[in-house]
Amino acid sequence: MKRILKHPILNFPRRKIISFTFNGKELSGFEGDTIASALISYGIYNFHTSIKLKRPRGFFCVIGNCSSCLMEVDGMPNVRICVTPLREGMKIHTQEGKGIF
Amino acid sequence: MKDTQVLVVGGGPAGLMAALAASNLGACVTLIDRQETLGGQLIKQTHKFFGTYKEQAGVRGIDIATRLSEEIKSSENGNLKTIQGGEVVAFYPDCTIIYSHNQTLKKIRYDRVIFATGASERMLLFPGNDLPGVYAAGAIQTLMNVNGVLPGDTYLMVGAGNIGLIVSYQLLQAGARVICVLDAMPKIGGYLVHASKIRRMGIPIYLRHTILEARGENKVEEAVITALDNNLRPVPGTEKVLKVDVISLAVGLNPLGELLEQCGLKFVYIPELGGFVPFHDEFMRTSRKEIFVVGDLAGVEEATTAMLQGRLAGLVAAQDIGYIRDGVDREIERILESLSKYRAGPKSFKIKEGISKLKTNDKQSVIEGFKYA
Repeated sequence: MKRILKHPILNFPRRKIISFTFNGKELSGFEGDTIASALISYGIYNFHTSIKLKRPRGFFCVIGNCSSCLMEVDGMPNVRICVTPLREGMKIHTQEGKGIF
Repeated sequence: MKDTQVLVVGGGPAGLMAALAASNLGACVTLIDRQETLGGQLIKQTHKFFGTYKEQAGVRGIDIATRLSEEIKSSENGNLKTIQGGEVVAFYPDCTIIYSHNQTLKKIRYDRVIFATGASERMLLFPGNDLPGVYAAGAIQTLMNVNGVLPGDTYLMVGAGNIGLIVSYQLLQAGARVICVLDAMPKIGGYLVHASKIRRMGIPIYLRHTILEARGENKVEEAVITALDNNLRPVPGTEKVLKVDVISLAVGLNPLGELLEQCGLKFVYIPELGGFVPFHDEFMRTSRKEIFVVGDLAGVEEATTAMLQGRLAGLVAAQDIGYIRDGVDREIERILESLSKYRAGPKSFKIKEGISKLKTNDKQSVIEGFKYA
């Protein structure tokens, strides 16, 4: 787990737990998480594969600019998971290339 | 019929100040931001700001964001409207933008528009730079300071500008390990206060060094670094292999001007300001009289000057529409004075150089009506 528990300036109080699935596996994050931060807290860093060479892709900018973190969320491809808030019951899948509509 | 008098695109430090300034003068203002929380990149800046007390020196970025958002919220019932989670996707020359909100497209017509869209972080070219584990420094800062999550344990920081230095220190505060900070330049680009803080924590800063390669199967496992000679060429035999799981890039930002390119605005290429920037005068007005640009979009700098520019453009835009009040001209003069005072330090040399190029732009590669083919 990579959640920050102790910090000299900030505090991250315990918030409401939100359940979701990642490639069918049941996981949970907290209210206030984006999809990306919830996955990263589990050490999941591989979000989609590149279109031509099928290379692994992780995040890059985390502010919705770069499209490096696209995933399939509830059946919709190309969701920028770094700026999409995590919601209860979300079904998140690794995206292959351009994704399937 | 116009929907709003002043439209502000982007709710970071520059946009928030622009919206407040214009609405305080009496103009009807609409502020649109694509995120759910206002404040732009201030919401992750846990460090205290420099400058003069009047411009919020000594206050943490996160607290400035809260202060400004509260001010916005308290004027919301009057002549200021905010649209959060709305992303502007199209921009037309007849004073119209289209934005997407809750998966529908909507239109706004305006008299004046102030763009405060910010900048995006640069990538660096080296083999393996597409591996997960090569992350923008600002991205790591967002994850650790907003979400409380660390994307790795052991970090290499590339870039000793303010972002590289500050994020390194904040990584240490969050309990991560930073192996070293590299910079290709012979001098530290950021403020020495920040550099001293991480040196005191035992983190070396290697100048005239760069990254050669990121290695790893599906994720960064190693980084190869090298020393550079005076011509920025790698010195053979000085390569070192570092065991890291994150390579953090803090190698500058590019202004986010794609939207403005859609309506044939004049752009200029000024490396000191971050690359292509919309041409603008000292009042932040672009080549079209109804369009203003502020903050990093107008030239990559920092939040203090972005806030001053926002206030400036907000006042000028409201004046354009006819909201004239005694003392506003004097206030505009004072903002211009504060901007030049703030840029008087030696670290602002590059920005000043860039702005002077903007004024005498005839020798620059001016691109008029820059559009996607």
